[in-house]
Amino acid sequence: MPLLELENVSQRFGGLKALTDFSIALEDRELVGLIGPNGAGKTTVFNLVSGFYTPSEGRITFGGRPTRGLKPHQVTALGMARTFQNIRLWNDLSVLDNIRLAHHFRLGYGMVDAVFRTGRYGRAEQKIEREAREILETMELAEFAAEQPKNLPYGVQRRVELARALSTKPRLLLLDEPAAGLNSSDVDGLIRLIRWIYDEFKICIWMIEHQMKVVMSLCQRLMVIDFGITIARGTPREIQSNPDVIRAYLGDGAL
Amino acid sequence: MRGHTLNIIFALTGLALIWSAHAGLLDNYVLTVLMFMGINVIFASSLNLVNGYMGEFSCGHAGFMCVGAYVGSLLSMALFTNSKLFGDALLPPELALPLFPLVLVAAGFAAAAFGLLVALPSFHTRDDYLAIITIAANYIIISIIENIDAIGGPRGLFGMKKTINAMGDFINAPWMFIWVVLITFVSVMILYRLVTSTCGKGIPAVCQNEVAAEIMGVNTNKVKIMAFMVSSGLAGVAGALYAHVYGYVNAQAFNILKSTEGLVMVYLGGMGSLSGVVIAAIAFTLLVEGLRFVIPFVNDLTHSLGLLPAGFEISQVWKWVIIPMILILLMQFRPEGLLGNRELTHVFPGLKKWITFK
Repeated sequence: MPLLELENVSQRFGGLKALTDFSIALEDRELVGLIGPNGAGKTTVFNLVSGFYTPSEGRITFGGRPTRGLKPHQVTALGMARTFQNIRLWNDLSVLDNIRLAHHFRLGYGMVDAVFRTGRYGRAEQKIEREAREILETMELAEFAAEQPKNLPYGVQRRVELARALSTKPRLLLLDEPAAGLNSSDVDGLIRLIRWIYDEFKICIWMIEHQMKVVMSLCQRLMVIDFGITIARGTPREIQSNPDVIRAYLGDGAL
Repeated sequence: MRGHTLNIIFALTGLALIWSAHAGLLDNYVLTVLMFMGINVIFASSLNLVNGYMGEFSCGHAGFMCVGAYVGSLLSMALFTNSKLFGDALLPPELALPLFPLVLVAAGFAAAAFGLLVALPSFHTRDDYLAIITIAANYIIISIIENIDAIGGPRGLFGMKKTINAMGDFINAPWMFIWVVLITFVSVMILYRLVTSTCGKGIPAVCQNEVAAEIMGVNTNKVKIMAFMVSSGLAGVAGALYAHVYGYVNAQAFNILKSTEGLVMVYLGGMGSLSGVVIAAIAFTLLVEGLRFVIPFVNDLTHSLGLLPAGFEISQVWKWVIIPMILILLMQFRPEGLLGNRELTHVFPGLKKWITFK
């Protein structure tokens, strides 16, 4: 059984068809890429998968369970996490709090425990704090624990966002343009980091990315969409020489 | 021990105040001002949960205070006093003392239930639109109460003070003052514990990036319900105390002007700063009371210096010129309030030895 399966998913916004008959099946422990020109509908796919949009047509199953009708936080609780194209951290909270909040859906205590500071509250908070510090340590972010994300360099903010996503202990990690806004030396670091996450956490990673260097060196297989229509799928090498893809990116004259 | 130092300081201050009240060192006027200070602290710091921490603009907070004031008064009248409204007391007056906290809790729950009036629309509405809904909620609540003739309607409601008097007959102590001191402390404690827990940090997370909150597994609707209900519930408790201090409630006392007072205190202290808002509530109460003396003094002074014509008096109404003026100056020169969204420990790092807000 695939980890995530999309069957003939379409999405319409009013008269605009943002995505047409999109299908894919992801297995555990895969590293898959989704590419396409600007406005092709890539982020729409992620928004559908993470529960932000309900598909106009088609079926999405995650871990064998249909996700239609689930809210994003419920999908996250099933084991899916994502990062955003434009970083979305809680800028006025500390980095440590940002990580801690990723445990919000499995706190293990309620508001009443928080007010009365019960034993259950103490144990749960201790566990959350320990795990948060651990992930900051492994992601080499420990020194920034008390900082506010808005005061950190862009590359570090990206790492914090990744650490936060990993704190939810996902089985599937969605990365929406993780290399956007990074300079070339940062990009090399990011490629190593994603590979390391893939090996260390033994999860499935699905990424949207523009930079060919990232996609070609990481992904085992790729899908290409343009105007919401799937135009190619295959290994990075196959995609590179696919005439439809070249046409989509560079226009007819390039062939 | 370290974490408790501040609690001990507060407890000792509270005890010292209560003792001096009991010993008659504080006259009635000072006691009343201190009690309104406590009520304002609860009112403003609970409003801060929504306006500061969650970043919504609630301008109908007094409505929830009104619900608490009426529910608390009616309960305490029905249970512990012989009144025209309810007839003989349902319980012997000796029980007023141990059961009074339950009356306050019930008032809080009733107000929290009315908080849903705002919490449920907040799932789909934000910012200005939600602000309008909060004003509407304020008016709905006042109108409902004003139109129930059985509980006094626009004439208001008397008689809850007998409950407090019954406590005094039982054990002689300044009970009203004790309750206000105690409940103020408990309310601030509840808010402090909530906002420092990971559970409660969902509230600023919703404020700072709702999309990220939802995606990272924070049930944003649940967080909104929690924030609105805790906030309105504590306002209800403040209302029940207010009614018992005054001995009289009238729905019009909780109109938009009262809500505005809460907003002034929150913006004075700094949105999202618990310590700032507590300080602001105390300062605001002192300011309002201080003007009661300063205005006649200025009036007499200007008249004796011949600066004002004989027929022109500076009356107490000028209070409502001076206070909004302070708000205007504040927004001009320090829009983030006294402490901004920082806590006292950021301004005076030395305090970190005694208390942490993280």
